[in-house]
Amino acid sequence: MNPIESQETYKQYVDKKSPNSPILKNCFNAFWVGGLICTIGQIIFNICQERQIDETSCGTIVSIILIGISAFLTGLNIFNKIGKFAGAGSLIPITGFANSIVSPAMEYKSEGYVMGVGGKMFTVAGPVLVFGISASIIVGLIYIIFNTQSITLV
Amino acid sequence: MNINWANVFDVMSLVKCFVVGGIICIIGQILIDKTKLTPARILVLFVTLGAVLGGLGIYKYLVDFAGCGATVPLTGFGYNLAKGAIEGVQEMGLLGAFTGGVKASAGGIASAVLFGYFASLISKPKMKKQ
Repeated sequence: MNPIESQETYKQYVDKKSPNSPILKNCFNAFWVGGLICTIGQIIFNICQERQIDETSCGTIVSIILIGISAFLTGLNIFNKIGKFAGAGSLIPITGFANSIVSPAMEYKSEGYVMGVGGKMFTVAGPVLVFGISASIIVGLIYIIFNTQSITLV
Repeated sequence: MNINWANVFDVMSLVKCFVVGGIICIIGQILIDKTKLTPARILVLFVTLGAVLGGLGIYKYLVDFAGCGATVPLTGFGYNLAKGAIEGVQEMGLLGAFTGGVKASAGGIASAVLFGYFASLISKPKMKKQ
């Protein structure tokens, strides 16, 4: 076997060997799995509304149920298989947020229950919360600037 | 309490939800395949984008149209944070900007922490396959 000599030939070699990612198929899978997760959420939401629960609480209940399901599916190693198949279809819905908390926590379990599980839970979810919460506070502050009547002294 | 199952399985609302939720996921999939963004960065991007669009009042139209198709993806999480911050400001001014967002999404964050911890406890650490 010839050794791979230059970067060029190495690149060609990798391109030849690595499977080309079929973007259309990925998008199709992401579409229907993502759509399905949202539809399950909508069914839960509709049931809550039929029970005369107000709309904000309905949304919270949907989030809690979906997060709970996906957290335990991740713990049982089932969610990773769905994720491999669906890509963004399971990553982008709130299920991906729960998955991003559980998978690093599982991986670092050997480092202990406080710093291992408790600390590594937030390797991905931490940035999401930092940027999400910061953005929401900034939105609130900008809203104050543009609606000066709404300022009541705290 | 009686539940009207015809309202629960209202086809029109479910189809809208399915299509919009699916399209948001396709956008994420294109970002994964066509750019070098890591999944973590895509999650951050979607939440921030949702908060910005929510703050501008654009995302509300999508939520009205698609329901959970717009609120279940992470952009909806960001939208919820921004909506909460604005409502907090309306209720109690400057303090509300800080408390409103987290208050509105407290259920999701708290349940993610609790279920995440429990699920990690029950999981068996898998051996890395060589």
